[in-house]
Amino acid sequence: MESRASHREVSVAVFFVHGGGDLLLYDVVIIGAGVVGCGAAYALSRYNLKVALVEEGAEVALGASGANSGIVHAGYDPLPGTLAAELNVRGNSLYPQLCRELDVPFCPTGSLVVAGEGEESALDILLARGRANGVADLALLGRDELLNREPNLSPDAAAALYAPSAAIVSPWELVLALAETAAVNGTDFYFNAEVTGIRVGEETLRGVDTSRGPLLAPIVLNAGGIKADLLAALAGAERYDILPRKGEYLLLDKDISGFVRQVVFPLPNPVSKGILVLPTVEGNVLVGPTAQPVWDREDRSTTGEGLAEIQRGARKLFPDLPLRRVIASFAGLRAVCDSGDFVLRSSARVKGWIDAGGIQSPGLSAAPAIWERLVQLVGGLRELEPRERIKRPPLLRLRDLPLAEREERIRENPLYGRIICRCEGVSEGEIVDALHRPLPAVTLDGLKRRTRVGGGRCQGGFCLPRLLAIMSRELGISPLAVTKSGPGSEVLAGLLAKGEER
Amino acid sequence: MKAELVVIGGGPAGMGAALEAKRLGLEDVLIIEREQFPGGILQQCIHSGFGLHLFGEELTGVEYAQRFIDQLGPAGVRLLTDTMVMEVAPGLVRALSPAGLIEIQAGAIILAMGCRERTRGALNIPGTRPAGIYTAGTAQRLINVEGYLPGRRAVILGSGDIGLIMARRLTLEGADVLAVAELMPWSGGLARNIAQCLEDFAIPLYLSHTLVEIHGKKRLRGVTLAQVDEEFQPRPGSQRYFPCDTLLLSVGLVPENELSRQLGIELDPVSGGPRVDQTLSTSVPGVFACGNVVHVHDLADNVTLESRRAAAGAVAWLARPVRGRELAVGPGENVSYVVPQRLSLPVSGTVSFLFRVRKPRQEAVIEVVSGGRVIWRKRRRGALPAEMVEIKVPTADIPAADSLTIHCRGEK
Repeated sequence: MESRASHREVSVAVFFVHGGGDLLLYDVVIIGAGVVGCGAAYALSRYNLKVALVEEGAEVALGASGANSGIVHAGYDPLPGTLAAELNVRGNSLYPQLCRELDVPFCPTGSLVVAGEGEESALDILLARGRANGVADLALLGRDELLNREPNLSPDAAAALYAPSAAIVSPWELVLALAETAAVNGTDFYFNAEVTGIRVGEETLRGVDTSRGPLLAPIVLNAGGIKADLLAALAGAERYDILPRKGEYLLLDKDISGFVRQVVFPLPNPVSKGILVLPTVEGNVLVGPTAQPVWDREDRSTTGEGLAEIQRGARKLFPDLPLRRVIASFAGLRAVCDSGDFVLRSSARVKGWIDAGGIQSPGLSAAPAIWERLVQLVGGLRELEPRERIKRPPLLRLRDLPLAEREERIRENPLYGRIICRCEGVSEGEIVDALHRPLPAVTLDGLKRRTRVGGGRCQGGFCLPRLLAIMSRELGISPLAVTKSGPGSEVLAGLLAKGEER
Repeated sequence: MKAELVVIGGGPAGMGAALEAKRLGLEDVLIIEREQFPGGILQQCIHSGFGLHLFGEELTGVEYAQRFIDQLGPAGVRLLTDTMVMEVAPGLVRALSPAGLIEIQAGAIILAMGCRERTRGALNIPGTRPAGIYTAGTAQRLINVEGYLPGRRAVILGSGDIGLIMARRLTLEGADVLAVAELMPWSGGLARNIAQCLEDFAIPLYLSHTLVEIHGKKRLRGVTLAQVDEEFQPRPGSQRYFPCDTLLLSVGLVPENELSRQLGIELDPVSGGPRVDQTLSTSVPGVFACGNVVHVHDLADNVTLESRRAAAGAVAWLARPVRGRELAVGPGENVSYVVPQRLSLPVSGTVSFLFRVRKPRQEAVIEVVSGGRVIWRKRRRGALPAEMVEIKVPTADIPAADSLTIHCRGEK
């Protein structure tokens, strides 16, 4: 990816050579590198378009896409007739093929909504809603069948709604796969680029100004997540309001893998689906989320009350869940729209502005159907000429290989035999690879999410010093410049008084 | 590849065990170490206080380790570095290194993988997730081995020994250490470290305090500490904000038993390590364990002594692979765990029992009880949770009929 480094030169060149005129650098600019933005870039990469994606953070999936439950919902939850309902069910049906194509893990675990004694009628409502939404194969299970499926479930569980089409994915791996595929097909990614203005002339889009310079395009696709409403207002498009709602999670150690086998929900409450317990594709157990309205759109802090609420909720479903095995807690913000539904539309006021706002749960599930819609909306503004899409370079997942096969890889590259992360078994070779992919890791968090290095039970305690050395060597930067999550999050404060940089 | 004895881990425990096994006459002893050099965590311990018991002189951790490293070659111990054991079964060890896959047929195995530090996640501390939060040991390595200063204004959570040592180390490197906060009403570190690392540098130690929130989006901006009540809940109104760019966690060590689990070894939920007998034999025949993988020691010297017992156990087992009847040993009043957790009969001479008390006692009476009868008793001046207690019980006093329970009675 040359583009990030060369962007300033490009934009300067535009102004010097063309005097800032209406040269269309891009056909489409996408704002936001979450599952919607990267998915749109992926979907648009099947057409002959020059696409740019701007992201204010240093990485993909830093917002809700990187901090959610990782569930592909079946689609019985959204109210019939909403976009959320329609696109959830459609998105769910697209997932298996999509994940195969992108080579990302997809586990069709199914889901259960568990009701206690006397609460069974609530399941009938969900069942009816699911059928109205077109969800296939929903079934009501009695206690025996339920305990058979989830032996650790509370003895208070009396019945459940079983949805076989529910599944789990790694949202981060999915977004990265989408972004990398878009990148190898020509999408330019601009990270650390905050949108500072939208250029509109004669009610027509001209482009966006970013903290890294202007990008000119006749079509801007707003996938700005928690800030989408602010961007729409900046463009002068139709107004909507995002009301951030925080969801906190606890991640438990892999050594209790198997404690829960599918996605297990309590009965939903009016605000959310409640505190659920589920496996992750990596083999951890995830518990959460809370649902707390917040004002600060950057407030991704966990709270004492939130973490306590998660523990209470988890114990209600699984009284023996070993909550002492927590290895991390985190929070994400749902971009809840005041309309209560997704906002997917071309602006009537600003020609060329497309909104994809209010994409909260079931946004991940609906995402593949959302991209389809977005392609249609782009197609309504200009002609789309199909082209071949190439695949990203294959990922090497050494830990999934038997040791004998790993040995073959080590013969090709000895660094595959040097284990840096002892908890997750990640080799130096995999780390070096991640630093040189189509969208390379540029931060420690990015490296962790790509390779799982430092994501295990020691949470990077042992490998951090070695990672600093490897990143410094491979990226050609000082260890002092290595960040956790982008500029301002440098890991080291400096050299020792009489130290020398190595 | 074949080896009579494979030692997993080249820290003080692994080196001590390998050298002792050679001294006892084993031909073929192999250490497998995942780092590039042997020595383990001692390589980053540039402070002194090592070797007083074993060598009668005060060494740094690095010097202490070097004494053993220097002996490996002359003693004929084989050493594989940069090699990580991935799979282990009784008699078979499979490891990866840049040279490829290495399979070793092992007569006996000694586990010496050491321990790791508890992290923020394990504590469930709410707040943001900025840069600037390290375990004390990670900060120690960054400073002492890599030559970098992790931060300039630090708060340390937990008064474990590494945290105390890092409070001094950061101060010596020009950083400000604002506070050391300890949840318990007593310190988790050795008394000598409280004196030499905190008091000598006027660093405040806040007992019965905890961290209630972490602030800062990108880099740490500050932490909120609060006093706790008897139930360890924050006292309302006692919150105090400390602006800082660094938080060090020194909140406990956890034996690293991933491989022990693979082997199906029985673990002690309190010590976190394998349940062993007096020869450091685990529940799996032919597999022994020593050092911090069994239970977290305060002193490297004690690790070395334990590693020698494990080597003797492995050598004896290789000569005669049988195991006798077992006698359970368990913790009683004010004792959190006891190592060994069982005795394999017959026993002779004296047996060492190592244990930790739950609460401090100024005047303690230690009792070993068997079948409802006190078979051994000793008065002791002071017993602290931070300091491991060792008792040596003549085996002639131990009846073979009943399990043993160890109590630490006495006034607060």
